[in-house]
Amino acid sequence: MIDSASKMPFSKAGLTTPSGRSIQFFKQILPFCVFGLALLAWELTVRIYNIPHYILPAPTLVLKTLWDNLGSLMVSWVYTMKITFGALLLAVIGGVALAMLFALNKWVELCLFPFAIVLQVTPIVAIAPLILIFIDSTTAALLLCAWIVAFFPILSNTVVGLRSADQNLRDLFMLYRASPWQTLRFLLVPSAMPYFIAGLKIAGGLSLIGAVVAEFTAGAAGKETGLASRILEASFRTEIPKMFAALVLVSLTGIVIYLVFMGVSKLVLGKWHESEIKSGR
Amino acid sequence: MTTLLELSEVEKRYDNGTLALERVNLKVGQHEFVSLLGPSGCGKSTALKMIAGLSPVTAGSIVWSDSIGDHAKDISFVFQEPTLMPWTKVFENVWLPLRLKGVSLETAKPMVNAVLEKVGLSQFAHVYPRELSGGMKMRVSIARAMITKPRLLLMDEPFAALDEMTRFKLNNDTLALWQAQQFTTIFVTHSVYESVYLSNRIIVMAARPGRIIADIAIDEPYPRTDSFRNTSRYAELCVKVSQALQKAGDHHD
Repeated sequence: MIDSASKMPFSKAGLTTPSGRSIQFFKQILPFCVFGLALLAWELTVRIYNIPHYILPAPTLVLKTLWDNLGSLMVSWVYTMKITFGALLLAVIGGVALAMLFALNKWVELCLFPFAIVLQVTPIVAIAPLILIFIDSTTAALLLCAWIVAFFPILSNTVVGLRSADQNLRDLFMLYRASPWQTLRFLLVPSAMPYFIAGLKIAGGLSLIGAVVAEFTAGAAGKETGLASRILEASFRTEIPKMFAALVLVSLTGIVIYLVFMGVSKLVLGKWHESEIKSGR
Repeated sequence: MTTLLELSEVEKRYDNGTLALERVNLKVGQHEFVSLLGPSGCGKSTALKMIAGLSPVTAGSIVWSDSIGDHAKDISFVFQEPTLMPWTKVFENVWLPLRLKGVSLETAKPMVNAVLEKVGLSQFAHVYPRELSGGMKMRVSIARAMITKPRLLLMDEPFAALDEMTRFKLNNDTLALWQAQQFTTIFVTHSVYESVYLSNRIIVMAARPGRIIADIAIDEPYPRTDSFRNTSRYAELCVKVSQALQKAGDHHD
């Protein structure tokens, strides 16, 4: 009874040949090579033209400064991470919970969505000083700032995801008299997962940006010591290599956050969703 | 023949005022294989969804036989698309109707394996739907519909998107399941040939508004095999049904 088409393995035939593997390896190392060349060009430019370190430090000096100040910078990095991941966690909890409310009740969405949009379109640098005035705890204020930035992508993507479930599958669940909980668990949540993860990828980076921007505002007031405060402090002292070192930490953190969520996406969607299957080819 | 359900003066009018179905009267007996045949927009799928309780009736009534206490538990639906959950494997897709009724994995496992065996997919229980061909996906969809041992199977152009060979195979498989499990089938199709091959009764519908214009008995014995397609009787019936369908086209406003 089975169709003539037998079980088809994923089409990776092109990758199993020696030339296919070489191309794949080349694709993987190419970005690193280009990045390495850019660093080399930077280093050579600084050395050849004798550019002073207080204008543009060479990458080797930035690395040395990072190593020399690693202890103190890591304390600030941990603080920034606490704000970033705290805000992201709250954005996920708040965004998903509100998205479920929106998906279940159109009236709730009608009433509350304008507030979400106001939060999204208001520049965080404009409201951060107000938040810092209104909230005593600097950490809480920073968390709120980073949360505002990270919250909207989670909310909007999850709302779209929860509504994107196949209509025939919805009918099927209705036909079999699935409870709202069963519909949510077995249909809506899995359907929303690709959208939620896309939102998570955006929100991960935005929560770091939100944390850094908010730290700049709070740092200017001389409170707490996140990486942004260290950048400001180094800037006031014209310690440009130290500014770069802190900047490198922020950038590396952003890259790691991005890679982690790419991995999460691959793990959750890799076996069934077109976005990950295509990118895996 | 004992009546399973009866549609009396059933109408469907959408919110925008469009009359999709007008005064549909239809009795479906137990263990019948009824095809609803008609041009696009004649309300075949709408009628099917109303029977399933997925779309409300705006006038008239659908009455079920007294022998079925809670008819919703006895209906299964096969859509035009396989409508599988891409995030779960074949086994979980077939288990779904039982899972929604609270049947545990241990209890469901032999039932799922048995129904997968029936549709010839037992060795594909643990693959994702995307790894299957169109015909195999439709078999999974049929297996999912069969798992609850329905009294009524509603099929909405299930083989329309498949190639001719696969469609013929699935026609035979559907008939084999229908004969073995003694359920009633209401089958929506555009194809005269498919409806004649499968059904013992064809309801021809006209569009704008959707209504029944012919009720044709296909009184050929079962089991039917591919050789039936080559008989003069099959050709005669196809001509008869085609003429009725032509009339349905002429009935357009």
